[in-house]
Amino acid sequence: MSPYEILVVVFLTAFVLLIGGSVIALLWAPKTKNAQKAEQYESGIPTRGTSWMQFNVGYYLIAILFLMFDVEAVLLFPWAVVMKGLGANGLLAVAFFLVVLILGLAYAWRKGALEWK
Amino acid sequence: MSLELSGLINAIHEGLTGAIEAQWLVSLIEYVLVGAGLLALYALIALFLIIFERKICAWFQCRLGPNRVGPWGIFQVFADMLKIMFKEIIPLKHNDKLLFYAGPCIVVIGSFLTFGGLQFAEGVHGVDLNIGVFYLLAVSSISIVGVMLAGWSSNNKYALIGAMRSGAQVISFELSACLSMMAVVILGGSMNLSTLMEKQEDLWFIFQAPVPMLIAMVIYLIAAHAETNRGPFDLPEAESELTAGYHVEYSGMTFGYFYVAEYCNLFINAAIGALVFLGGWQAFHIPGCDGFNAVMDMCPSYVWFFLKCLFFIFMSLWVRWSFPRLRIDQLLHLEWKIMLPFSLFNILLVAVWVIIF
Repeated sequence: MSPYEILVVVFLTAFVLLIGGSVIALLWAPKTKNAQKAEQYESGIPTRGTSWMQFNVGYYLIAILFLMFDVEAVLLFPWAVVMKGLGANGLLAVAFFLVVLILGLAYAWRKGALEWK
Repeated sequence: MSLELSGLINAIHEGLTGAIEAQWLVSLIEYVLVGAGLLALYALIALFLIIFERKICAWFQCRLGPNRVGPWGIFQVFADMLKIMFKEIIPLKHNDKLLFYAGPCIVVIGSFLTFGGLQFAEGVHGVDLNIGVFYLLAVSSISIVGVMLAGWSSNNKYALIGAMRSGAQVISFELSACLSMMAVVILGGSMNLSTLMEKQEDLWFIFQAPVPMLIAMVIYLIAAHAETNRGPFDLPEAESELTAGYHVEYSGMTFGYFYVAEYCNLFINAAIGALVFLGGWQAFHIPGCDGFNAVMDMCPSYVWFFLKCLFFIFMSLWVRWSFPRLRIDQLLHLEWKIMLPFSLFNILLVAVWVIIF
């Protein structure tokens, strides 16, 4: 069996798990209608306004920084596999790449992107 | 007689091939068996970890824990499972229905796909891709999409704050987990988990290059712990401030999915740590001591694997019930200013180590 066939099997099995649990819940779980119960659960008092609104920009900065390092990780993984064969030359090339990245992190650090305000 | 499971699997395969002519039917039955086996293991591990955590937590707090249902309370978890299945799924009025129900589904699918990529014993594994480590890292981060959807679609401020915190935390710590895995890939020279297992037959990776691997393991354990939203890193769920975080609006089985996925992620993180640092299902061997190695080999490989997983899980619970919660600025400080520079440095260190030794 090729691994990709198993991947499909695993994916379908996850759906079996979801559908199985949901069917049991839909068949046996009680269903009631209650206007109070259908409200959001916040602090016991009626909620004011919607929650779909603008949010702290700090999370966006974190996501952008994550993107930078995640792409870097994708680029480095192939190098990591063949590292032993490449030897010192490969390490030197990647060290330059890492230095550029670390400079990027240092820049973000200096600019205060890592501070939580 | 061998206690290994691979013999049983081969016997089933040969029995099926002998009994049934049509090749497609044999494949189909085998696929169903693989799926059923993984599903049963997934559910059993979740159930076991729930009772395990409740007991361990109780002992840390000088309590007895569940002790009424069955001997030592072990059937409590089955009672809880039945209860959660038959509980009402409250129909909410103000949420986004499609995204609301897609959230837990994506969380479970991400968790199960990762679970399928593990190696449980010698010759017993799910998806064994040539990019195995990369696959595990990739599919384990699908879950966070579900968490974000759940928090956003609930139309609840606590859920939204919880989801945002969870997103920032998981993606931050994923970097460190990713980079510490890269250190393993450099040392092993492959991303295929079976190949990595073979390379650890004589010595586990943690002993092959003790200094960089120890740094990588510590970074991985902290990052994996943070990714499960547990312990000192439980700000997304912070009971005392956010009631329950991103799953505050979920009830019945929809909550049950989050719960199962959380406990399975605990196992999955421990298992990945055990596979890449402590040799997975490989027994503890010392090169040259053949007598000692033979004694160690008497223990079946799945026992080794699950013992190592239990060790990591116990460490995780220990940390969880021992430390107070961090603030989000402390959390981001820990990741971006301490762990990330350390793991980048560790990549270079392990590369130099590989060249020198």
